[in-house]
Amino acid sequence: MMEFYLPIAELPVNIWLIVGMSAVVGFISGLFGVGGGFLITPLLIFLGIPPAVAIATVSTQIAASSLTALISHWKRRALDIKLGLLLLSGSSIGTVCGVMAFNALRRVGQLDLTIGVSYIILLGGIGLLMLYESLKAFRARRSGRPVKLSRGGNHPWYFGLPFRMRFPASGLYVSVIPLLAMALIVGFFGALLGIGGGFMIVPALIYLFRVPTMVVVGTSMFQILFSMSGATMLHATTNHSVDFVLALLLIIGGVFGAQFGARAGRHLKGEQFRLLLALIVLAVALRFLGELALKPDDVFSLAVSVSPAARVAP
Amino acid sequence: MTRTQTLLALLASLISGMGSQARAENLILSLSSNHVAITSTYIGTELVIFGVIGRDQASATRSEHYDIVVSARGPRSHMVVREKAGLGPFWVNQHEQKFLFIPATMAVVSNRPLDAITSPDMQSRYQLGLDSAIIAKDRRDERFAQALIRLKQRDRLYESLPQNVEFITPNVFKAVIPVPARAPTGLYDVEVALLSDSVRLASQSTHFEVIKIGFEQDVAEAARLHGWLYGFAALLMAGLFGWLATIIFRRD
Repeated sequence: MMEFYLPIAELPVNIWLIVGMSAVVGFISGLFGVGGGFLITPLLIFLGIPPAVAIATVSTQIAASSLTALISHWKRRALDIKLGLLLLSGSSIGTVCGVMAFNALRRVGQLDLTIGVSYIILLGGIGLLMLYESLKAFRARRSGRPVKLSRGGNHPWYFGLPFRMRFPASGLYVSVIPLLAMALIVGFFGALLGIGGGFMIVPALIYLFRVPTMVVVGTSMFQILFSMSGATMLHATTNHSVDFVLALLLIIGGVFGAQFGARAGRHLKGEQFRLLLALIVLAVALRFLGELALKPDDVFSLAVSVSPAARVAP
Repeated sequence: MTRTQTLLALLASLISGMGSQARAENLILSLSSNHVAITSTYIGTELVIFGVIGRDQASATRSEHYDIVVSARGPRSHMVVREKAGLGPFWVNQHEQKFLFIPATMAVVSNRPLDAITSPDMQSRYQLGLDSAIIAKDRRDERFAQALIRLKQRDRLYESLPQNVEFITPNVFKAVIPVPARAPTGLYDVEVALLSDSVRLASQSTHFEVIKIGFEQDVAEAARLHGWLYGFAALLMAGLFGWLATIIFRRD
């Protein structure tokens, strides 16, 4: 049996296509500690699954794949729970604001544009920054000079803001203000773009806060697990668009992919890891740039009118 | 077997209907099923309509053949068509038009191309063809209306099939109506028009319903009626599989 009818998305899909796709994205997710939502959500929408169903269901899948990755990081103690909890509190507030912005933009018909531009700016900016840094690290290594990301005693100004807190697992002594602000922005764009936001948190913790790479991945997974569980409940109770069957297919592919990814990650060097993530992030940014800048095949698009009483009883 | 039964039933009703009212041609229809059940293996289907053209003494002897046009329209909702235009380096939605009561799906099946059956003017008057999906007062800008039809056709939700009506005898026909894989649940209207020499002689309508049954229905209802429980079950499944994967992969 290849085709299965999805009860909530209301269309038949090829089982192996979905499982295979989510396994590949799961691998990347486990490798880099990103949720993978920024990869799989556009893919599902491309297959014809309604965006609301895709966004809601992917949150369930990310919860599953982040749990499995989290367990393996937990065993190696590569995790900062205190930092994770702080990030979670910041991103929860951002998520609520993001959902409100999402609904407002959908009404005026500029959601696609906003999503596209947000992806280009966020992914493009983060990707270029990481690419620059990792290439520099490669060159330095070749010329024999060791490069360290955390330069002791030479902290950026925002570390010294009020409410400093100690995070022993990350070797961090920093004001909570920039951490909360960063989490808030991540939560906002995460909800707006229908993604976990791992691809923003991971580079931010590495570059802005100089948290060791291995701790970053576990901590990011911890934050993603809880925010995506919350998102699943929010979607299930408000717009009823979580598709159980689609979630199951995505989870089966995703968790196994993530296991292999987490394993492969152990053999990667820090700068190789950052270079690869930079390239993936840049590739997705380019895709969105192409979508906005190239003349579309059809300048017209069709959508169900989102206004009160839009659905008419037969 | 079922086909013969249907035909017999039709003929019986035709005979009993005769002689009661003396008014030109009439149509008697029978749909192969009154509902389409969406199960886990549903990938789209077809419905068959059998029809008999009833004639009486008042019916004129016609030199032309009969033509049959069947229009099946899915549940209606309001849609919006947006047009992208260049804004600096980017392509951005700039203009939009709203369309009211647009059928989710539409199939127009006939025994030969509509343009051969009757003129474009008469087609719009009789509400024949895919263009009739859009109500007249919404046809302000033809480009938007054309785009709507074209996009629906691209997604195979609107289809025009000029070879799907077959005359078994000069007075008995069989029409095959496609129901696409992405057809939404709800009530579908089927309208059958009988034409000859580009004039409509009779029309008759019937309905069928697309419904989810079994597992598909259970899941859809659980999602709608028990949101908290449903969300919790989804998370439980996520947790179970996430944990299971680490157990399976434990040997390091």
